[in-house]
Amino acid sequence: MFTSNPFAELSASISPIVMQTYVVVMALLVVGGTVYDTLHKKSAQYFFANWRKAQNKGARQVGGGEMVSLAIQTVAVEVLSAGELCTARRRIAHLLTMYGFIAYVITTVIMVFGYPTPATPTPAILPQLWGIGGLMVCAGGYWFWFFLRVDVAAEGHSRFRVVQADIFILSLLASVTLGLIWAALQAAGSAGTSVFLGLYLIATTVLFASIPWSKFSHMFFKPAAAFQKRVEDANGSRSNLPAPADKPETFGSARTEPQHY
Amino acid sequence: MPTFVYMTRCDGCGYCVDICPSDIMHIDTTYRRAYNIEPNMCWECYSCVKSCPQHAIDCRGYSDFAPMGHSVRALREEEKGTISWKIKFRDGREKNFVSPIRTTPWGSIKSPSDYAAPSQAAFKAQELAHEPEALNIGKLPALTPDRLKQGVV
Ligand code: SF4
Ligand code: SF4
Repeated sequence: MFTSNPFAELSASISPIVMQTYVVVMALLVVGGTVYDTLHKKSAQYFFANWRKAQNKGARQVGGGEMVSLAIQTVAVEVLSAGELCTARRRIAHLLTMYGFIAYVITTVIMVFGYPTPATPTPAILPQLWGIGGLMVCAGGYWFWFFLRVDVAAEGHSRFRVVQADIFILSLLASVTLGLIWAALQAAGSAGTSVFLGLYLIATTVLFASIPWSKFSHMFFKPAAAFQKRVEDANGSRSNLPAPADKPETFGSARTEPQHY
Repeated sequence: MPTFVYMTRCDGCGYCVDICPSDIMHIDTTYRRAYNIEPNMCWECYSCVKSCPQHAIDCRGYSDFAPMGHSVRALREEEKGTISWKIKFRDGREKNFVSPIRTTPWGSIKSPSDYAAPSQAAFKAQELAHEPEALNIGKLPALTPDRLKQGVV
């Protein structure tokens, strides 16, 4: 397993054109779903209204150079290292899922478009990255689902209780898990391969088609919100928060890390 | 003044749920963001306001004495040991306060488990745990058993 490109093997029964069309349709669903979600929830409207308000209330203008530096900080801290999440466990689970998903999606696209049939041999690194990415998503995602979800950890709800907010994580986990099982069965040449292929496609379609109802688009919104937060801090409007204490008296040593979940 | 959550700032970490002594900070089941399920029952202790890492929680005055338009925001700076409050009135006036997170050094208070278990005699005594020494006095006036029933018909 993870040595051969599962999509090239599949080309024996499904034409590469069909697979490529499916990937394009999924990409269009992501774009369309995100645009619809933005319009429907008016999040862009809210974002820009808030942006203007913060600009007007700001004590100073943030210049172009500083904006660029804030954008770089946002990418480095909030996006690439999930700095907004406050506990190490949530952060690690998030990073595993995020980087796993990115590796998994990118290698899928490269394999489907670049090496669609066994006629063009796939470099071994691609199926390996695909498998590792999938396993990372499973590690981070199942950890999150069973132990870290806030209503499980903080409110003690059953870990099998499903609400609308779970569409994203559940369809992601289903898609990746079923994809890995399908690839494993295919490599072993066992029966049931096409059943798991069908289930894999259903879960993947749900993942990409459910964007208006799921958390999928946080990948696009969260960086924008994190950037705005940094700009608000820099221009002095600070979301109405008090200014940081300048030279406070020392009232004792800094406390140790709280032990939250 | 009970609390409310700015949903766009909250990231659903659950710190406020964990800390709320009246158990009224809950996680919304659709958006997985925190909200105060019962503002009337809020103790107004502001533990949630102070603990929220995203500064997502504000306080709201009761509408009979503080109609809409005011705001109360808190900023906790653990490294500096301070909490700053910014109170904005409806007419635009602003007041700012900085207070210590606490006045004794962290770790200076003994945990209950660090004390020796009380003796059997202490259980029968009228004094509470660590009295009278915790009150910084030598002795508390107490009724002796033979005087307890005096005056009781
Ligand atoms: S102020 Fe205190 S009682 Fe009220 S919601 Fe927050 S933690 Fe709970
Ligand atoms: S502590 Fe703040 S960010 Fe965390 S769940 Fe509560 S309101 Fe949301």
